[in-house]
Amino acid sequence: MGWPVAAVLTWIFIVAGSLFLIVGGIGILRFPDFYSRIHPAGITDTMGAWLVLVGLMFASSSILVTIKLVMLLIFLSITSPLSGHALAKAAFMRGLKPMLGRDLAQEAEDD
Amino acid sequence: MGAFAAATAALLVCMAMTLVRSILGPTVFDRILAVNSFGTKTVLLIAVYGFLSGRPDFLDLALVYGLMNFIGTIAVMKFTRFNDLAGMEDDEEEVY
Repeated sequence: MGWPVAAVLTWIFIVAGSLFLIVGGIGILRFPDFYSRIHPAGITDTMGAWLVLVGLMFASSSILVTIKLVMLLIFLSITSPLSGHALAKAAFMRGLKPMLGRDLAQEAEDD
Repeated sequence: MGAFAAATAALLVCMAMTLVRSILGPTVFDRILAVNSFGTKTVLLIAVYGFLSGRPDFLDLALVYGLMNFIGTIAVMKFTRFNDLAGMEDDEEEVY
C-alpha cells in the first residue's frame, strides 16, 4: 500500500461492499417468500462481490493478483445470474406460487 | 489492514444469516438459494482473508471454489428435480 490514494480507495470500496453484503444477508433472512429472496441474493452476488473485489484490486501489489481478481469477477458475474435464473425457473416450473398481495398482508399481520 | 478485517467480519455475520435461512428455509429452493449465496460469500471470504493474512495466493482457491459452487448448485437443483444426476425420466412427483 505505498500510495495513499489506493489505500483510501480500498477502504471506500471494501466498506461499501461490506454494507451491501450485510444488507443482502438481512434480506435473505427476512424477506417473506422464495421469489423475493432471490433479490437480496442478487445484491450480494453483484454489488457486494463487485465492490469488495474492486477494493481488493486497489490493494493488490502485483499484476498477477489483479488478473486473478478480474477472473474471479468475471466468473462470479457469469455464474451468479445463471444460477439465480435457473433456480427461479426451476421453482416456477415445479409449481411454487409467488406470494402476492393478500398473502403478503397476512404475513405482515403475523409479524 | 483494518478494511480487510472489517470486510471479514461483515462476511462472517452475513454468512451466519444465510446459514440460518438455509436451515429454516420452508422449501428446498430456499435452501439451495441460501447455500449458493453462502458459496459466493465463501469465495469472497477466501479472497479477503488472503489479503488479510498477506498471502494473496489464496485467490487460486477462491477461483476453484467459485466454479465448484456453480456446478454444485446446478447439480443439486437437477438432483432435487429428477432424483438422479444422469437420467431425465419421470418428472412427476412433487419433491419440495
